[in-house]
Amino acid sequence: MAYALQQLINGISLGMIYGLIAVGYTMVYGIIGMINFAHGDVFMIGAFVALIAVLLLQLGGAMDGPAAILLVLLASMAVTALYGWTLERLAYRPLRGSFRLAPLISAIGMSIVLQNYVQISQGARVKPLEPLVRGGVEVMRDGPFVVQFSYIQMLIIGVTLAVLAVFTLLVTRTPLGRAMRACEQDLKMAALLGIDTNRTISLTFVIGASLAAVAGTMYLLRYGVIDFYIGFLAGVKAFTAAVLGGIGSLPGAVLGGLLIGLIETFWSAYFSVQYKDVAAFSILALTLIFLPTGLLGRQEVEKV
Amino acid sequence: MTRAESRSPSARRSDGEPHRPSRLLLALKDAGLAALVALGLFAPVVGLRTDVAPSGGLFLRTRWEDVAILCGIVFALRLTLVLWTGRRGLRPSTAPGPWTLRMQQAGRLFAPALLAVALALPFIPGVGRYELDLGILVLTYVMLGWGLNIVVGLAGLLDLGYVAFYAVGAYSYALLALNFGLSFWICLPLAGILAAFWGILLGFPVLRLRGDYLAIVTLAFGEMIRIVLLNWVSLTGGPNGLSGIPRPSFFGLSFSMSGEPDTFAGYFGLEPSPLHRLIFLYYLIFALALLTNWVTLRLRRQPLGRAWEAMREDEIACRALGINITTTKLSAFALGAMFGGFAGAFFATRQAFISPESFTFIESAIILAIVVLGGLGSQIGVAIAALVMIGGFELFRELEEWRMLVFGGAMVLIMVLRPRGLVGTRTPSVALRQKRVIGANLIGEGKG
Repeated sequence: MAYALQQLINGISLGMIYGLIAVGYTMVYGIIGMINFAHGDVFMIGAFVALIAVLLLQLGGAMDGPAAILLVLLASMAVTALYGWTLERLAYRPLRGSFRLAPLISAIGMSIVLQNYVQISQGARVKPLEPLVRGGVEVMRDGPFVVQFSYIQMLIIGVTLAVLAVFTLLVTRTPLGRAMRACEQDLKMAALLGIDTNRTISLTFVIGASLAAVAGTMYLLRYGVIDFYIGFLAGVKAFTAAVLGGIGSLPGAVLGGLLIGLIETFWSAYFSVQYKDVAAFSILALTLIFLPTGLLGRQEVEKV
Repeated sequence: MTRAESRSPSARRSDGEPHRPSRLLLALKDAGLAALVALGLFAPVVGLRTDVAPSGGLFLRTRWEDVAILCGIVFALRLTLVLWTGRRGLRPSTAPGPWTLRMQQAGRLFAPALLAVALALPFIPGVGRYELDLGILVLTYVMLGWGLNIVVGLAGLLDLGYVAFYAVGAYSYALLALNFGLSFWICLPLAGILAAFWGILLGFPVLRLRGDYLAIVTLAFGEMIRIVLLNWVSLTGGPNGLSGIPRPSFFGLSFSMSGEPDTFAGYFGLEPSPLHRLIFLYYLIFALALLTNWVTLRLRRQPLGRAWEAMREDEIACRALGINITTTKLSAFALGAMFGGFAGAFFATRQAFISPESFTFIESAIILAIVVLGGLGSQIGVAIAALVMIGGFELFRELEEWRMLVFGGAMVLIMVLRPRGLVGTRTPSVALRQKRVIGANLIGEGKG
């Protein structure tokens, strides 16, 4: 029981990270109907920028307290957003209206480029960071087993919820959000009605990338070990989350992320750690085969 | 500084014509903005390098010169681009370029020439062990590229897990040979059949999926097979892999160095040399690659191949015309997988050692990059792309870590500039009387 509770806490905090990345996938898919294969690598860039920001602050001797973490978060979001914007501008915008597989192949190319760019510029070695936030609250004690709700997990859940709240407000209440939803429904019609679709799509990538940067920062703070390859697995799992929740649906992405995080954690806790990635991949395949619209997705009508 | 210099003359001119700033000024402004973005991109990630200190902690090393150089490059590139094409920037073009026809004519001569060089390679003076090894490597990728070309280029199914079939082939041969002592020539077809079987097995669940979903699911399948290989230690040896895989024999004659009558050298009365085996392996993969090419070329003229190409162009129209999408897709998967399996068996027998390390996603990405760079569906293009990308980088070994960067960048660039590949034309499968070439811009693409 206590063990299960601990796994629940771990799973939710992991799921929050997946959910944040999944929102980026689902937004881009909703608007331009392509899988941004490089999104996982954008998450990786976010983690690296956060690491660099932490080291810079430590150099200046200012790396303590919540303000410093907020600063790291903002720095990572700003730089990663710029990466997201550039990605769209260079690799996807010229391909709008091209043949079906072109944007996907371009995205795969971009993913390879980003990985190797970071590998060359930052080195291939794993970067270990001393934990910045230690300690936690004891939730329950069952004999020798102590259920810990660590501060960093609280931070992850708190920051994610706050970011998602701001994001939801942005999508539902602001002119930009309205433009985004309009583009999602019908890109051509939105353009005819005077919405600057190029700008909206650019901003979608910017927002998606900054959410991925939040996820990257949280990942760095939680696990403390990053390398240039973390984006691949995290990306595939977040994509699975987006598909499971119903691609194109924003609440679905978060729900899917939570489910994937929980499934992965419980699977490694009760079955086998080696096959935890297989579990996530199987969910992807099973969802696409048996429930292609996901949990909260709309039925997609094929028009000829 | 350049901006300030150019501003003064144009400012003077703008007194006369207030509404038209000069093109150069616009270009400079644009390039300046691009350089600013580049500064934002490169300053944190390139300029500050995180390094692990011997004590285990991390420290930062600054490299501002590199950032300055990169920003300068971006500025210059953007300036040239804007002055060249106007602010419109580069647009993808599928129309046959002015050089397309010339390339096709050159290709008609080039392909046989390339074939002749490949055939004669082991006997060209000065070609030693290293060159043969390189030739074998390039030909392996040519074969894999041609195999994947069936799935991606002809049938239009983007498969990101192709390396799984390569792995299935390699492990089938290794396990069959190690556990049952079967010879290479029995195992080769078996490995192909097993890989094809896996192709069908993995193809079945994804029949209904659209292009991009299909890509991700095949990627997941590829990774799953690798993880299973990695963790099923009792069968596959896990991360340690399988070693001591038997070498192939030449009609029962082994390539050992002893010079006995039952060895290759002894039977033909030759001086025993390790080169014999290499030359044999070279011709083996050469023959396998040509088989792949021949089967593909033949199939393209048959109903099955035409169904593949029709399905690539428009799946719904295909279905409406009564083409059985299920068998068409599965046959593409199975055939592509079979050739991947052959290549895998060859890889296992060449290396005599295999481990899951050799079958990562990067390998799939390299094969896909070769197919994309060569032009989806173009046989000679794939061969040239493999030669340039694999052979070219082997020659510049110190640039090894830049290889994947160039691969990825080239994929993006090709998609942006010429999405149908460099050649960008298709030869109709059936034509009355005369052969003709259709530009890819004339081919509509459905959303199948």
